[in-house]
Amino acid sequence: MQIEKKPLIVAFCCNWCSYAGADLAGTNRLNYPANVKIIRVPCSCRVNPLFILKAFQRGADGVIICGCHPGDCHYTTGNYYARRRITLLFSMLSYLGIEKNRVRLEWVSAAEGAKFAATMQSFAEEIAELGECKRLEDLRCKK
Amino acid sequence: MQRIGVFVCHCGTNIAGTVDVKTVAEMLGKEPGVVFSTDYQYMCSEAGQTLIQDAIKEHNLGGVVICSCSPRMHEQTFRKACAKAGLNPYMVEVANIREQCSWIHKDVAEGTEKAVILGRAAIAKVHLNAPLTAGESPVVKRALVIGGGIAGMQTALDIADAGFEVDIVEKNATIGGKMAQIDKTFPTLDCSACILTPKMVDCAQHEKINIYAYSEVEDVKGFVGNFSVAIRKKARYVDETKCTGCGICTEKCPVKNIPNEFNMGMDNRRSIYIPFAQAVPKIATIDPNTCNKLKTGKCGVCSKVCGAGAIDYTQKDEIIRREYGAIVVATGFNMIDMTKFDEFGYAQSKDVITSLEFERLTNAAGPTGGTLLRPSDGKHPHTIVFVQCCGSRSTTENGKPYCSKICCMYTAKHAMLTREKYPDTDVYVFYIDVRTPGKNFDEFYRRAVEQYGVHYVKGMVGKVAPRADGTLHVQASDLLAGEQLHIDADLVVLAGAIEPDKSARGLATKLTASMDTNDFFTEAHPKLRPVESPTAGVFLSGVCQGPKDIPETVAQAGAAASKVIGLLVKDKLTCNPCVAQSDELLCNGCSGCEHVCPYGAITYETKEFMQFDRSMKPRRVASVNPAVCQGCGACTVTCPSGAMDLKGFSNRQIMAEVDAICK
Repeated sequence: MQIEKKPLIVAFCCNWCSYAGADLAGTNRLNYPANVKIIRVPCSCRVNPLFILKAFQRGADGVIICGCHPGDCHYTTGNYYARRRITLLFSMLSYLGIEKNRVRLEWVSAAEGAKFAATMQSFAEEIAELGECKRLEDLRCKK
Repeated sequence: MQRIGVFVCHCGTNIAGTVDVKTVAEMLGKEPGVVFSTDYQYMCSEAGQTLIQDAIKEHNLGGVVICSCSPRMHEQTFRKACAKAGLNPYMVEVANIREQCSWIHKDVAEGTEKAVILGRAAIAKVHLNAPLTAGESPVVKRALVIGGGIAGMQTALDIADAGFEVDIVEKNATIGGKMAQIDKTFPTLDCSACILTPKMVDCAQHEKINIYAYSEVEDVKGFVGNFSVAIRKKARYVDETKCTGCGICTEKCPVKNIPNEFNMGMDNRRSIYIPFAQAVPKIATIDPNTCNKLKTGKCGVCSKVCGAGAIDYTQKDEIIRREYGAIVVATGFNMIDMTKFDEFGYAQSKDVITSLEFERLTNAAGPTGGTLLRPSDGKHPHTIVFVQCCGSRSTTENGKPYCSKICCMYTAKHAMLTREKYPDTDVYVFYIDVRTPGKNFDEFYRRAVEQYGVHYVKGMVGKVAPRADGTLHVQASDLLAGEQLHIDADLVVLAGAIEPDKSARGLATKLTASMDTNDFFTEAHPKLRPVESPTAGVFLSGVCQGPKDIPETVAQAGAAASKVIGLLVKDKLTCNPCVAQSDELLCNGCSGCEHVCPYGAITYETKEFMQFDRSMKPRRVASVNPAVCQGCGACTVTCPSGAMDLKGFSNRQIMAEVDAICK
């Protein structure tokens, strides 16, 4: 099967809020672009900034991290760690010459299916506008 | 390489409608390591599960990928099914091709393509899965209830009745809480003390309940089933075993001018006191800040009059450490400080009071013996203004954004009781909305309006200003009539917002239980797990979780008790095996992980490691307690040397998924 090359988006979703929000978007049949692929992590603090850089290296064009709203983290403080780490990553991205907009951190609760779909829609549009991210792409990762 | 089986579910037409399941099964069958791939109508059905189990045995599968609905839905179902066939349940991965694929995409080609990619990601992950075994930890069959109000007492009684030992820790000298201060309860108007005090006595007499009054939780260690709690038993300067509660000391003490907290400071108590006549335990307590003997060494009247010889000026705080299987938080509430609201003139006039002060003024055991008298001059008030939502539903800095829930009903009760007892009194109630959702609540409120002739006015009070003649000038708007009202009131009663007790924030930190922005404890799930905290083994009872009235509090207390009983009845607990683990050879002992761990699951120990020259050298390394770790993964990212990893969501597994998606 020939797979159409689209801007590719990796979404890391925390198990307790955002992954459930994504499920709710599905239950409510809310459409968002198919090039968003979700990876389930226990908490947004499980997302190592290195995962994001490595995703760019492997050919992702945008990475979005979704966690519980501040104060609502299942693990009490995980999303605060995520917020700090991603903030630090932003300055790293400019240094690497990658547009800051290619990484986004969003809070989506389990009740916000509509917000999840809308967020993915807007992020996908933004990445589509930015186009492919070739900066870090490692050709050795390509098969 | 694992021998992997792929099972694609049609979910009727839920998946098969927009995903070509046959193609998905065929494409995934070509992935490396996949030795069996099939599709079926309903994988979660009995027949579907049998299909999986047969395939595991027949093809000797080492890993299973199920392309179906969300893992939040049926992951457990499939894990159990695979476990029955002899496969480790953690060798199962679910690719979510329903909620995150078929349901959101209309185009079959698009849906099929995405389903294949999601399947590949799951296959890539399962290749790196390792069999995990859930550990077990023993359960200490004793519960701790923090707070001795109606919530804590009810929880303790329910747990104790099931046969488990319960300790109640209450920071005040007596249990009873706010309900002990209330005169009558809505909507039945039964006497609060008459229904509360028997429960207090029940708690004291129950052979399974132990009350630590005048005590506070000092620190909490451990985890579900095995908490270790230090309780600070504050010095009462009275020997509990000797004091008979006769009260002679509280009459003879020469220090007379201490505001009585139980009566909201509207009368005085002595330096040695028993909070109220029905206090449990009925033991005198010396207030060390005001006692002459303790401050200056001169006095000792109480010890002279005490027939039992119970007074002990040398008593010290005592720290008691006990083990518990479960902890219930029942810390309750307080009314917010009304002095911050200048417009209501609470600080300027004694005749502007809070509704809890009003309760005491109408209570037969209160400062006026139950006769409603103005605090300033002791005269009977003829015009009373009740102001609702003082600080509730407010977006100002001093206010609270939430509805305090109980004020509408208790104000209707106050208004009704006032009109019944003193028909010559004019009663005004200023409200934003009257909220009466509850059994017999609206009928009760309507009785206040229709039968008792209480003037309900929609509108907020703008200003309460004391006049020279002692009356209070109340300026308010009547929103329905569209006019300003000026009322000369004798008494103004403020229905202040309720807020969690100040001690709750510190306690939450000790328990690592989460709180919302208003300092109410958060529940594990707002709808499905309302009495459990997200921290395993910590349960919530009463207003500490959110504003509620007495029946709701009692109901929640019972629910919390049943959850505690469900936990304590088990001999062993199964732990979540997806926990962090430290590679001791890589760990450099920096303590970074220890600092980010919200559960205190990581400790450091010194171990001997072999050096290049075969000598042994001690080194400090992190060690994760799998029974405490909840598996959030915060430590894995913090670790600078990459020694920490999370089982079930390892660095390699997550990167394998990223790879598969990006391929």
